[in-house]
Amino acid sequence: MDSVWEYRGLLLEGTVVTVQLALASLALSVLLGLIGASAKLATNPASRGVANAYTTLVRGVPDLVLMMLLFYGGQQIVNDLGSATGLWDYVEINQFIAGVWSIGFVFGAYMTETFRGAILAIPRGQIEAGISCGMMPLLIFRRITWPQMVRHALPSFTNNWLVLIKATALVSVIGLHDLVWNASTAGRSVREPFTFMFAVLIIYLILTACSDVGLRWLDRRYNVGVDRA
Amino acid sequence: MRKKLTMLGLAGLLALATGTATAGDPLRVGVEGAYPPFSWKEADGTLKGFDIDMAMEVCKRLNRECVLVEQEWDGMIPALLAKKFDTIIASMSITEERKKKIDFTIKYYNTPAKLVAKKNAGFDGTASGLNGKRLGVQRATTHQCSAEKLYPGAELVLYGTQEEVWQDLTAGRLDAQLSDSLQAYEGFLALDAGKDFDFLGDAIDDIECQGVGAGFAVRKEDSTLRDALSQTILDIRADGSYKAMNDQYFAVDIYGN
Amino acid sequence: MAEQERTFFEYLVYVSENHSPLDFMLVADHIDKFFYGALLTIEITLLALLIGGVMAVPLAIARAYRHPWLNGPIFGFTYFFRGTPLLVQTYLVYYGLAQFDFVRESFLWRPILSNAWWCALITFSLNTAGYTTEFLRGAIENTPKGEIEAARACGMSPAKMMWRIVLPSAFRRALPAYSNEVIFMLHSSVVLSTITLQDILGVGRWLNGRYYLAYEGFITAMLFYMVLVFFISRGFRLWEKHWLGHLRPREQSSQPV
Repeated sequence: MDSVWEYRGLLLEGTVVTVQLALASLALSVLLGLIGASAKLATNPASRGVANAYTTLVRGVPDLVLMMLLFYGGQQIVNDLGSATGLWDYVEINQFIAGVWSIGFVFGAYMTETFRGAILAIPRGQIEAGISCGMMPLLIFRRITWPQMVRHALPSFTNNWLVLIKATALVSVIGLHDLVWNASTAGRSVREPFTFMFAVLIIYLILTACSDVGLRWLDRRYNVGVDRA
Repeated sequence: MRKKLTMLGLAGLLALATGTATAGDPLRVGVEGAYPPFSWKEADGTLKGFDIDMAMEVCKRLNRECVLVEQEWDGMIPALLAKKFDTIIASMSITEERKKKIDFTIKYYNTPAKLVAKKNAGFDGTASGLNGKRLGVQRATTHQCSAEKLYPGAELVLYGTQEEVWQDLTAGRLDAQLSDSLQAYEGFLALDAGKDFDFLGDAIDDIECQGVGAGFAVRKEDSTLRDALSQTILDIRADGSYKAMNDQYFAVDIYGN
Repeated sequence: MAEQERTFFEYLVYVSENHSPLDFMLVADHIDKFFYGALLTIEITLLALLIGGVMAVPLAIARAYRHPWLNGPIFGFTYFFRGTPLLVQTYLVYYGLAQFDFVRESFLWRPILSNAWWCALITFSLNTAGYTTEFLRGAIENTPKGEIEAARACGMSPAKMMWRIVLPSAFRRALPAYSNEVIFMLHSSVVLSTITLQDILGVGRWLNGRYYLAYEGFITAMLFYMVLVFFISRGFRLWEKHWLGHLRPREQSSQPV
């Protein structure tokens, strides 16, 4: 256990990188989820088709494969695009960016389903009442749709977030110096891989437990005034 | 710690600012950081090793700032082609196969590859001796190429870094491994972890896969950079700095013939 | 006629190497490796799901009925395996256990724990057991009260009620969630390539490493996974139609007489 204490700086640095990665991916996935959900609920069949293709693609491909494709292959494509259009000379796609974009892309599909289900759960009559009161669409969204959407989406959102935190471990495979990578190299140099991997597991449990507490608080706040079975 | 650019636009602006490489511009060097004593990472994160020292010396002589970019070994060449860095200084062997994609300077050292196995292993280092045995190599190396060619009957096990190969060899999961003999000696056999192991047989003879030594890699279109780097290697050899760096890490002269 | 075919083939190779963005002929050359990789992926995924699934049934029952002293430890087990990444669990078992001398000298070492295949199977089985236990428990807890009461009224013993009524209906309820678990297990199987196993992704990485390519291997791997997921989804949809057909909404509303 002393070795873990000795390398605590490295482990802490790695945890920070992991959390940053998770939050950035979450932001991207929420954005993609909102866009995807509205596309799936749109009247336009083309946008529905695109959104369906998106969720089908994500369901069919493991995150690590997309991540490697983006990290190794994406750099080449970005370069070719840059030289073809003449817009940029070199834009770096490092492990962090590859990780955020691939995890964000994958979880954007899951969030699409989450938000779609949540929006569908709002009684249509409330929206109609808003329209008849003369509310602008933005006001309807802010006052009626959003608070209820959050309430309905929370359980599924929580689940997605917990799965996302664990998915961030995969970015260590393409070389990002996150918690898992730092712990692996440290464990290998002192020849105690078990101790370090176990420490990583504990840290992840702490992260999921904290998220659990935080999201349960959110749940209570958005469910004020609602009778629960 | 590497910078994390989360907005493509910001990255684009920065890239436009750097422009094309001219003298005085930083030289981005691809290094591995997992191949002691050529390159490794200390606990506090600093990179050390023969390759690292060579890189810093080369940059000094070219009058350019060194930017070391760590890269996983099996993505080294694609990363160079994708312009993540301008040269690779990571003990990369000069082979015909690689020359199809990239260009090399003259060699900066040449050491042979050898098998390593437990002492008194009970089998010899021939193709028949390794039949059915588990042979570990690092992915995307000349040793993977040689192992597939010379020992087709062996069960080949691939790893991302050489360190992982040593780890599984000590754990008893591998019967033997193939890698650079110098790195094997300095990075494993001479240490406490390698005390039960030894070289198995002589240096392997496979110019086609192994190449003629390690060189700095550059993109095919960067011939001026390649020539400048080759010249610095000759300068470093000529004025004794090479010997000084060599002796710091190795008991023998690694330049070879 | 044979000469015509030969030159067409050579023409394809020429196009593939020089003009096509993807070197498809190279992939075609090595497609057999991808099929072996697919076999490994399917093999471990299916076996893990089977073993984990069978393990989950008694665990779920114990959890659902709040067994006095088993409930706690089982909850701890599922919390641990659901709350941590499969990648780290796999590293723990494969690299971690090898750290201990008593493990390496035990009778379990040679046949099982030193072998990456077995380490992966053990880890994956435990992992899927954790997830399956929890949603099977949810399905059992959601058994309509009426069915339980009817079973008791018929004089069924608790064991018979469990076997005849509760479990079958719980399985049916859990089916949609279980189809997701199967897909997730397939996605998670990519972790196999990190512990030296040549699954679909492992072959893709090998191909890229051997020929210094950036994405041919990964795109091929991606296509293989998509095909697998397609067949699994199809299979589950048919199964759901068969088992849960009675729960589907009526296709035509009944006309009043």
